[in-house]
Amino acid sequence: MRLAAQHIDWAVHGHRLLDDVSLAVEPGETFGLIGPNGSGKTTLLRVLAGLRKPKRGRVLIDEQPMNAMPQRDIARSIAFVEQQAETLERIHVRDAVALGRTPFLSALQPWSDEDDAIVSRALDDVDMKHMAERLWHTLSGGERQRIHIARALAQQPRILLLDEPTNHLDIRHQLSILQLVRELPVTVIIALHDLNQAMGCDRIGVMEAGQLVDLGEPQSVLNADRLYRTFGVHVDFLVDPADQRPVMRFRNTH
Amino acid sequence: MSTALALSQPLRIRWHWAWLTPLILFMAVMAGTSIGETSIPMDTILKVLANQLWGAGYAVDRIDAGIIWNYRLSRAILAGCCGAGLALAGVVLQALLRNPLADPFLMGISAGASTGAVAVTIAGLGAGAVTLSLGAFAGAGLAFGLVVMLAHAAGSGTGGGRSTQAAGAIILAGIAGSQLFNAITAFIIAKSASAEQARGIMFWLMGNLSGVRWDDVTLGLPAALAGLLVCLWHRRALDAFTFGADSAASLGIPVRRVRGILIASMALVTAVMVSMVGAIGFVGLVIPHAMRFIVGSRHTRLVPASALAGAVFLIGADIISRIIVPGQVLPIGVVTALVGAPAFAVILVRGARAR
Repeated sequence: MRLAAQHIDWAVHGHRLLDDVSLAVEPGETFGLIGPNGSGKTTLLRVLAGLRKPKRGRVLIDEQPMNAMPQRDIARSIAFVEQQAETLERIHVRDAVALGRTPFLSALQPWSDEDDAIVSRALDDVDMKHMAERLWHTLSGGERQRIHIARALAQQPRILLLDEPTNHLDIRHQLSILQLVRELPVTVIIALHDLNQAMGCDRIGVMEAGQLVDLGEPQSVLNADRLYRTFGVHVDFLVDPADQRPVMRFRNTH
Repeated sequence: MSTALALSQPLRIRWHWAWLTPLILFMAVMAGTSIGETSIPMDTILKVLANQLWGAGYAVDRIDAGIIWNYRLSRAILAGCCGAGLALAGVVLQALLRNPLADPFLMGISAGASTGAVAVTIAGLGAGAVTLSLGAFAGAGLAFGLVVMLAHAAGSGTGGGRSTQAAGAIILAGIAGSQLFNAITAFIIAKSASAEQARGIMFWLMGNLSGVRWDDVTLGLPAALAGLLVCLWHRRALDAFTFGADSAASLGIPVRRVRGILIASMALVTAVMVSMVGAIGFVGLVIPHAMRFIVGSRHTRLVPASALAGAVFLIGADIISRIIVPGQVLPIGVVTALVGAPAFAVILVRGARAR
């Protein structure tokens, strides 16, 4: 599925958080969003997920304007993994993942064996099947993050939006989640802080003060000049002897 | 309930206990009808029921028949309706506002109802043409409307209308509205109530089922059933709020509409109940929490369980309020708190251990 944003503006209390952002993510593409704190990555993801209606501009799913679609139809196409989503409820892990089936169930439609199978597969995909019967509040931060991702997978989305999904994860699960996301046959937009991880995306967009200032393939976007201007750091490119691919190492400017 | 079983099928209603529901309710209503200052044996009650419902023509003492049909039965049924309605309102508000302290009276409804009640009974508003119930209902509606307007004005300033701040705005607006209407109530009582009137209104504010007649049941029963249906219909939406309003929206819930429908209908149910029997506290706050410990937090089970438990609890509390002090009826709100607080403490401690 293709997801496009056209001239999106978003402001809160007179602060412009998004300023004329336009981008189009092609079907099956893995699109990385990078940028410093407060550059508008999360706000952009929320607008793209249909959680915020932009004041100006529009979002298109396969050329269909999103603001004309019912929330339920949006949720059948797009799943969104928030950066932080917590609960005080005594909810079981499996039930938390089962919430992902919500857009496909109605008041009269019962839970089916197929839904069960989808939930089990999602738990398996994030390596959490063995914890299915645990209570939410007994999980670590990284485990909770993996459950949020599993819930999004249970939605069987054609577009998956992830806001810094690797934040709380140990390195093994960071790598496995990123690999899983890249291998999914769906359109993915992922906000990332680790620029070396962003190298694995098909394309990258750079956010800076609410504007999309750069867009393109990782090798062309992530150059010394761009990193200095956007993040204020120097970068050295080393070569990984394993696969001859560039690895970035960062230094302060002073 | 065995935990292993409860966990294995997350979203299915487990129907095999559902048939117990009418049985438990029937037994509670029977107990409410039988127990009182004069105890009436079960077979007499069943005979009166048969006479009234099918014209069976059993020979029954006419005074007993009068007490059973005109006083105790309607009272027990309405107590059940109120308990169920208030518990449901508690479930919904706690889920939507994601605040464990939310209860049916959060939105200024009980404060508004009491203002309406004193405005009619003490200040003489409506010049005798308006009943206490109608006054209370109007007051509840007025207070709720004011709280919603205030919450809307406060919430829209935060940018995202459906953001998490909206829940905070509702809670704060509810507190402000309740304080305002409580102050008006106190003002009216202080200004014009006699000592006798003040005592009467105090009693009403703590909950009073003694004036209940069949007319009240014909209003209370449909209200409770409609509330139950609305909650069951939206059970998956209520679940979807587990991780907040944004998460619910990304699961396809039209947050504004669903929140509006649920809060308005629960406010209506609460206002109906409060206007008939006064502000019975504790049920709406504690029954939902107790049921979460017992049946879990999925609303497929939590909604019917809370309705049932609320109904049985309030019927039981009403029985106790009638017999605990011989010759005197206590306000039911006193009993719900006196019985409910220790019961809840036990559940809380046990629940903590079960973790």
